Parts: sequence; structure tokens; C-alpha cells
Amino acid sequence: MSAVPPVLSPVERIKTASRRLRGTLVESLANPITGAIADDDTQLIKFHGSYQQDDRDLREERRAQKLEPDYSFMIRTRLPGGVVTPAQWLKLDAIATQYANGTLRLTTRQAFQFHGVIKRELKATLQAINAALIDTVAACGDVNRNVMVATNPLQSAAHAQIYEQATRLSEFLKPKTRAYYEIWLDEEKVAGSGEEYEPIYGPVYLPRKFKIAFAVPPVNDVDVFANDLGFIAIIENGELLGYNVIAGGGLGATHGEPGTYPRLADVLGFVAPERVQAIAEAVVTTQRDFGGRADRKHARLKYTIDDRGLPWFKSEVERRFGAPLRPPHKFSFEHNGDRFGWTEGDNGHWHLTLRIEAGRVADRSEHTHLTALRKIAQIHKDKNSTLGFRLTPNQNLLIANVASEDRAQIDALVAEHHLDLYKTATPLRLNALACVALPTCALAMAEAERYLPELTTKVEALLEKHALKDAPILLRISGCPNGCSRPYLGEIALVGKAPGRYNLMLGADARGQRLNRLHRENIAEDQILQTLDGLFAGYAGERGEGEGFGDFLVRAGIVVPDPHPSAALPDDKNREKVA
Amino acid sequence: MSAQPARLLSPLSEDKLALLARLSEGLDADSLHWVSGYIAGVAAAQRRTPLAAATALPIAVSPDTAPQQRLTIVYGSQTGNAKRLAETLAHNAEAAGLHVRLVRADGYATRELAHERLLYIVISTQGDGDPPDDARGFIEFLTGKRAPKLAQLKFAVLGLGDSSYPQFCAIGAKLDARLAELGATRLFARGDADLDIATIADPWTTQALAQARDVLKTDAHATPMATVTPLRSAALVAPAISTWTRERPFTAPLLANQRISARDGVKDIRHIELSLEGSGLSYEPGDALGVWPTNPPALVDAVLATLKLDGERSIGIRNESASLRGWLLRKRELTGLSKPFVVAHAQRSHRLEQALGNDDGKEVLRRLLGDYQLIDLLREFPARWQAEDFVAALRPQTPRMYSIASSRKTVGDEAHLTVALLDYEAFGTRHVGAASHFLATLPDDADVPVFIEANERFRLPADPTRDVIMIGPGTGVAPFRGFVQERAETNASGRNWLFFGNPHFRTDFLYQVEWQQALKNGTLHKLDLAFSRDQSEKIYVQNALRRRGRELYEWIANGAHIYVCGDATRMAPDVDNALRAILIEHGGKSDEDARETLNQLTQERRYARDVY
Repeated sequence: MSAVPPVLSPVERIKTASRRLRGTLVESLANPITGAIADDDTQLIKFHGSYQQDDRDLREERRAQKLEPDYSFMIRTRLPGGVVTPAQWLKLDAIATQYANGTLRLTTRQAFQFHGVIKRELKATLQAINAALIDTVAACGDVNRNVMVATNPLQSAAHAQIYEQATRLSEFLKPKTRAYYEIWLDEEKVAGSGEEYEPIYGPVYLPRKFKIAFAVPPVNDVDVFANDLGFIAIIENGELLGYNVIAGGGLGATHGEPGTYPRLADVLGFVAPERVQAIAEAVVTTQRDFGGRADRKHARLKYTIDDRGLPWFKSEVERRFGAPLRPPHKFSFEHNGDRFGWTEGDNGHWHLTLRIEAGRVADRSEHTHLTALRKIAQIHKDKNSTLGFRLTPNQNLLIANVASEDRAQIDALVAEHHLDLYKTATPLRLNALACVALPTCALAMAEAERYLPELTTKVEALLEKHALKDAPILLRISGCPNGCSRPYLGEIALVGKAPGRYNLMLGADARGQRLNRLHRENIAEDQILQTLDGLFAGYAGERGEGEGFGDFLVRAGIVVPDPHPSAALPDDKNREKVA
Repeated sequence: MSAQPARLLSPLSEDKLALLARLSEGLDADSLHWVSGYIAGVAAAQRRTPLAAATALPIAVSPDTAPQQRLTIVYGSQTGNAKRLAETLAHNAEAAGLHVRLVRADGYATRELAHERLLYIVISTQGDGDPPDDARGFIEFLTGKRAPKLAQLKFAVLGLGDSSYPQFCAIGAKLDARLAELGATRLFARGDADLDIATIADPWTTQALAQARDVLKTDAHATPMATVTPLRSAALVAPAISTWTRERPFTAPLLANQRISARDGVKDIRHIELSLEGSGLSYEPGDALGVWPTNPPALVDAVLATLKLDGERSIGIRNESASLRGWLLRKRELTGLSKPFVVAHAQRSHRLEQALGNDDGKEVLRRLLGDYQLIDLLREFPARWQAEDFVAALRPQTPRMYSIASSRKTVGDEAHLTVALLDYEAFGTRHVGAASHFLATLPDDADVPVFIEANERFRLPADPTRDVIMIGPGTGVAPFRGFVQERAETNASGRNWLFFGNPHFRTDFLYQVEWQQALKNGTLHKLDLAFSRDQSEKIYVQNALRRRGRELYEWIANGAHIYVCGDATRMAPDVDNALRAILIEHGGKSDEDARETLNQLTQERRYARDVY
């Protein structure tokens, strides 16, 4: 250790003084003079599943009007695997309509987000969410976030098993503080309030957010290598043998700070299903004890591993786990997208994956998606069918476990409300991702969600020009370099630099196993389109059979992959297994 | 050095002054110091229970003139117009060599009424027939059973009002009738001045002066004149600092015209900043800025089109000549509707004449004056007007008064206003308020004709240690922005408590960021809010007051000054009721005592209202 102890980041001080994440949230909520909460509380409320935001479109205007920013709150659910029942869907829909901006936002981590909830109604909104038997604990903050699970609509039994495992892990890693229940749900304070024992996290929680995902090959819809901790299910003959454990993924970076970078997870080894909690505890507590707490831009697990070396990390984890990890099994991923349309599960039920552009479920002109899903949820709640909803990791929606006789009615409703984009959209439009960005996200530097449809149309026109309309190119756009839409895993990605300006990233593999690289820095739309036009021309003429755009760019030497040892392919031994 | 107390600077009555003179007579310096300390101690003790400690106000009096040789002018004024007229009359009378005393109604010792010989009353009527705050006690006495017979008295009354209200000049009329009923002799007919005050007031004051000369000359022959003591009160010192007046306004360049209600708010509320640089104009927080508006050009066009009149035609009335459009744009009131105009219009519209002549004619008139703008009347009851007659029948344009929303100590040579744009749909078309529309649509390089209208009755406490309670919903918050700025600049140690309300927190929290900053800086100590439409039950400032009743009572009992600004018809009475209820609930007072306390606070200028 250095002789001079590192200065803790201010957030560490706030967490330490917060009495287990309480801070002055109660006082902040009661203050009628402002729609905001106290500065320190804006850090703490994240642990309760909410971010304070403001409508940035109005910020300047309101400043001139001598009004404070138009503050509101984003609320994110903790919803392992993104699974909800029709009854829950109806309640969430009602909450969006009554308290939020009338839309449900499906996130890239299979959670719902409500936007535009005002402070005065925050508590009522959280109570309503909890009344739907869904909570928001640890949906944000320096703790384990929502646990992702492959939607995996084919292997129904395996999905059920893995989902159950993920749910238990999410519960296991939930903070033990009663702050959430006291502040939002009026739970009586009991002795020890503010001093609860946190067996996993300790009194100051983790240095930074922590993400876990469960993938089921051959589909990597969860982008498992982008997580701090990943579990790759190994299924043989329908039986779940266990998981390859991977660690150290994370996509966040900061412009102009070379010390920050996206990184894919390293494969550590294999664990049996019953050892999932134990290995998770070992990894999380290692990060708790060794993760950086001085600089929040250098605090994720990926930096802890890179700073101390993978061998050190693996041995520390094994020490805590109590045993050496068994060698990983072979696995391979075909793609990281969703399977749109109807698929039949191995239990005889059907699943319908619907395209929800940028994850925004809303009623807009004739596109009355919110209404369509409300009707479907109502019908199946009333008849108590097996139907359920799953949010996919790509911002789409899967209607699961539909009896074959119910398909026609669902198809009719989907068509009536123009929710059938999945039938007509190009592969580009079907698979594109965009984070929320402007106007609500405080981090956004450029448009993302609002720009996606327009950008897609322009790129489609280029593809059409080169007879590439049906090429399954993975486009991702992000308003900032922090990576909510996992831009560094897009074959084409735009990462916001300033209004109308982006870094153009190219060359990921559309399997979630190779990061893209910066191709052109800080360019505007015309330059982006011009660049893509040239590259599409080459791709159209020279691509191999079934060769993806990203793979082509690498093969053609236009993009040189990250020299950083790919986390997915850490060494030659693993490379063989992956192949 | 004479031990004679400085009478004209003193708040003491004549007999108390005499006592003080006797007390201090022959005392040495040490004794005098001891006495002054003793009395300061008594004063400090009273400060702690000041509800009992009424302080008489300095009133301009020349007491050594016998009543029979003297003209007394009593005024009751809410916005300052009646006061201004009374002052002018007093000034002119004094210049004419007459003995005059000018008394604000709440400073008039009613027991003197029985000895008055010549009394002029100048008094306004507020809202729906209410007296100005400073005249409540005077009217109560005069209309009550204790009023003496006044056979010796000669009098005349000038009422001020707004003929768009049904109870136009009701208070002046009431006093005029009552004085006659008590046996006094009406020297000449009552004047009922409308918003174009001068039209009635000028001839009335001319006549008043001539009559006073006659009466006092006659009396003077009967009783030889005593020593002349010229009246020297602040009120009568001509405001020589600036030459800009109501009649000769200063043209103030616009510095800012900023909407301060959010875009999806129901109301369009403006923060207007005007430059007074080079004007020599000065104001105190609480004063109003008079603004001469230009009528909306679209409205002028609509009136011309409806009457099929040519706007370019030159019209001469008295000594003024302008195009018809010019008259309608700047010289005539074109939004409000006056009773005389309705009557004149009825002479040209048979249908209107019939409607007014019916059994419910009074109700029709009330509805017209309440809901209609001029254009609505012209459209619903078409009539043929000659351009000259039309201009002559309309009331002259009047300036609008806006409470100034700034302190000169903070903003320098600027005056800030908070203006709600009156803008609504009625009778199928858009309607706007003339002045608010004028101000809200000012372009960047605009100039605005303005003047200062002092409001002595709405002043921060002279004692900076006093707490102030400011109740200002809506644009009523304007003067309190000036108050808080002033108290911050002067490092006043008293606390400042603001009650503000409006429909919505998100869109209508006027000056939100400034209040937040003031709270942070400690220049505003408490802020209570009432956003009426943010929850299912409506909450107004009076509800906020009640909710904080106990603490408010403590502040009031500790000598706080209470200020109310804003809507006169509903808010002000509701707030008054709430304050009374607080005195009852937390002060253990009876309803009558609570009323009396509020009256007393009003008299002490510790409860001041600027309502409209």
C-alpha cells in the first residue's frame, strides 16, 4: 500500500454518513420549496432505485424564467430476468399513466423505468410499485443491480431453473438496510435502525455499481461479457450442469481519459448450480475489499482486476470461495440479438418476441402499443392463463407461454395497434439499441433515443443503395460514453460527444465477444453517413458468405481489434474452448 | 437650549406634549438622561406585548388655529389617488392663505368632528363598495350611533371609484348622505370621479377652493384671525426631486421583458425591468409605478371595423387633435366598460335600451359591467356612432398602477414589475387587458411612459429589528421582492416571512430561484407555499396562514408587521378572516376583540394592504 492513504471520493463520505442509505431523504421529500432533493441525497436515492433528473430541454428556458430546473425522478425496478405477470403489467401501466410520463421504458437490463415522476408523488409511486409486488431496491447505486437472465424462449425448463437461480441471487445480494422500507413504505423503525449489519456489502457498500447476468448459449442476448460477473449456462441434453463463471466486464468509459475503457469479462472457471451464491459472494466481497474508492471512474471490478492482475484476482476469489475453480466448459455464442416473432418452447407453449423501438412502450398516434399490451394483459389476467411478459436485454418484449389457441387473438391485437414492427422492420431497425439520453438523462451529451428512428432511416437508405437492406447489422447509439446501450458491442456505434456529434465506433462482432474500436472521433451526421457509405460499398462487394459487417471490417483490416487481451478469449487455452 | 419638545417631529398629542414639557421643566442634564432611559425601558417592555401598545402616527396638524377659521381635509386612500388630490387641494388652499389641516382618516380624532366648521372629504371606494383600509374607523364612527349632530358644519365630498364596478363611488355617496343626515350643510354637489379622475376632480377642487375662501372669509370677519402657522408637513412639501409626474410621465427604456411562468402554465406572467436612469425618479419598496399603456392595435382595428369608422380621420376634442386611431390607441380607455358609456350606447341601440329598461335591467347592467369589454358591447348591440361622439363618450385612458418589485438599493436606477397578462377567451374571441398586454408584448427597444405613485401606507417598518410577515399570492408577491431586497441591503435584523400561492408549483412559483437563494443567504427566513391546484383539495394562502397560526401569532405578538398584496375581492378578505381566526384561536380573543386588534394594527400601520 502507498504511504499516503488515497483520498476517498465524496460519494464514499456520503455513503459512510448516510446511516445505511437514509441520509436526509425524509427531510428532502418534505421540503416544499424545491422539486429537488438535497445534493447528498441524490447519491443515496440511487440505492432506492431512483435518479433525480431534470428536463434538459427546459433548463435554459427555466433559468431565464427564474424557475429551478424541471426536476423529476426516474424510477427503475429490480426485476430479475425482466419477468412480470399480466396483473403486474397492468399495475405498472397504471403507474406510468398516473404518476409518470405515460410511457413504460424497457431497459437494456430487463427493468422497467418510469420517467418524469415528481418529488411530491415519488413516495406514492414507489408504494404503488411495491403494491404490484415489485420493488426498486438496489436498482441503481453501488450495489448489485438487476440480475439479467437470457430470455431463452426455446428451452423452457432450463429458463425456469436459471431464472429461479437468478432471482435467489438477486435476493441474496440485496442490501439488508431497512432504509427503503422506512422511507417509502412507512415501516416502523426498530432498534438498530441505521446500523443494520450488511454481511455482503459492509457499511459503505461497493465502490461502484455491480452487474450480473446469466447467459444461455447459443444466444448472448444479455451481453454477458459486459457484466462484472457473468454465468454462462452449460446445458447438456436439457440438463443444467452448471455455469462458466466470468468476471471483470464493464462498458463505461470517459471521453478523454485513457485510463477508462470498456472491457469484456474474463472466464474464471466452472461452478455447479448450487455454488452460484458462494462464487458470487466471493467475487463481490473481493471487489468490496479491493475496489478503488478514490476515483469513481476507476472503481469498477474491471480496474481492480487489471490493476492487480487476473491471477491475483482468481486466487483471491478462490480463497474466499474455499476451493479452486474447475476448468470452464466449451461454449459458443451465435449472436447477441433477440429471436423475433413466434417460437415454440420445449413445453409446447409459444413465445412472441415483439420489437419495441428504443424500449419505449407508449401510445403515439396510431401506434397504441401501451393500449395493446394493456388489453393482452387484461384478457390473460382475467382468464388466469399461463401467459407472462419478459423484458429482453435488447429493450424488446417477449410474451411468453402462450397457449397455441390464444395466438390468433394476440396477433390480431398486435396488428390492430401497430405493434407488429417485428414483421416489417429491416434487421438494422429490429436490432438497434439506444439509451434514453436527452432530455432527462443528466449524463447525456447528445441525443440517442429520440435520434434513433431518424438515424436508422438514413442508414437504411444507405444500405438500400448498396443492396444491403437485409444485412443484419447491429447498430447501437449512446448519448454518452457510459454505455447503457452497450455501444462498445455494436458493429456500428455512435457514442455522444456533443449535441449532434458522435464518436463513430466500428467492428464489434454481434456476438458480444469482441469490442468495437474508435473509427472517427467527434463527427456529425453527414460525416457519419459519408463514412458508412464508403464502408458499405466495400462490404457489399467483398463480404464473405454469412460474414457480418463487423467481422468484415476486421478481416479487411479497416478495424484493428483492441490489443487488450479480450476478456472472452483470455488465453490460448480458452480460445480453443471457445472455438 | 429650550426644553420645549419638538412638537412637529413628535408623535404625541397636544396634551401629552404639554405634560412632557411640564415634566422636563427645570430638570438638569443627568435627570433628563435618567428620564430618557426610564422611558426607553418602558418602551422596550411594551415592544414585547405590542398588541396593547398603539403608537399614534404623526399627523400634520396646525392645532393652534381655531376650528371656525380652518379648513379640514380628511382623506381615505387605498392606492394613493385620494391622498394625492387631498394634498393638492391642501397645498392650493394654503397657497391661497387659508388655514388648512390635512388629516388621513385614521388619524382624525373623531371627537373633534362636533367642532369642525368646514370639512372636505376625499375618499375612494374599493372593489365592491368597500372603504379604503385607512378610513374604516372614521366611517364606522360617522355612520354609527355615536356620531354627533353637525348643524355647524359645512362640507363637501369628492368620491373616487371605478364605474366598471356596480358600487361605483359608494363610500363617497354614503358619507355625503350621512353628513347631510346629521344636519350638516352641503356646500356643493358631490363629485364621483371615475378612473379618469381629473375629469371630475379638477372642477370639484376648483369649486372647493372658491367655496372655502368664501366660507372662511366670512368667518374671519366674525372672528379676527389668530397667528398664522403655516402648515409644514412632509405631505405638503412639493416633490421637487423629479419633474416627472402622472401628467408628464418619464419615458423609461425597457431593459427586460421575461416570462416567469413556465411554458405550460395557465397564466403568462412577466418580469419587466425598466430603466429610470437620468429621470431623477426615486421610489421606496411598496411604491407603485404608474404605466400609461397603448391599447392593443388589433383591438383598435376591431373597434373601428365594428363601428365602420375611418381610423385616419382627424378628431379634435377640446384642444387636442389626433387621428381616430391615435385617440383609440393612446388617449381612450378601450378595454374596460363604464356605466356612462353603456348609457350613451343605449341611446343609439334600441335593443340595449330595451334590455336595460326591463325589470332585470339592473342585472343586465351588472352583467355588462362585470363581463363585457367595450368590443363585446359594440358587437352584441350594434349601433351607429359619430367618431367625435364616440371618442367623447369613452373614458380617457388611465394609467395602471403596478407595485414595484425591486429595491433601488439592489437594482439601482431600475424599476422591476411583475405583470400577469390578462388574456382570455370570451364571446368567441381573445380578450386581453390593455396594460398587461402592452407590457407583455413590449419589444426589446420599447419605451414605456411611467411615473412613481408613492404608497406611504405600504412601507417597511422604520425599525429594522421588527419582523415582517408578507402575504402575496400571485403577482401580489411583487412588492415583497422589493421588501426582501431592501431588508437584505440594509442588513435589517428583523425576520422576513413570505406566504406565496399560485395554481401550480411547477409552472407558477414566481421568482422561485430568488426565494431559494434568499433562504440560503438568510435574507428570507421563512417561506410558506400554497399551490391551489397541485392536490385534490384547493389550498390558498389563507390555509397556509391557518396552518402556521401559532407561530404567526407569536410573531404578531412580538411586534411583527403584516403586509398583504394582491387580489382585493377574494384573497384579501379571506386573509383578513384567517388572521382574525388566528387571533381568536391562539390569542384567546373574542371575535370582536380580534376585529378591534386588526383595526388597531391597521391604524398603527402594522397591518398594511396593497390590494386591487
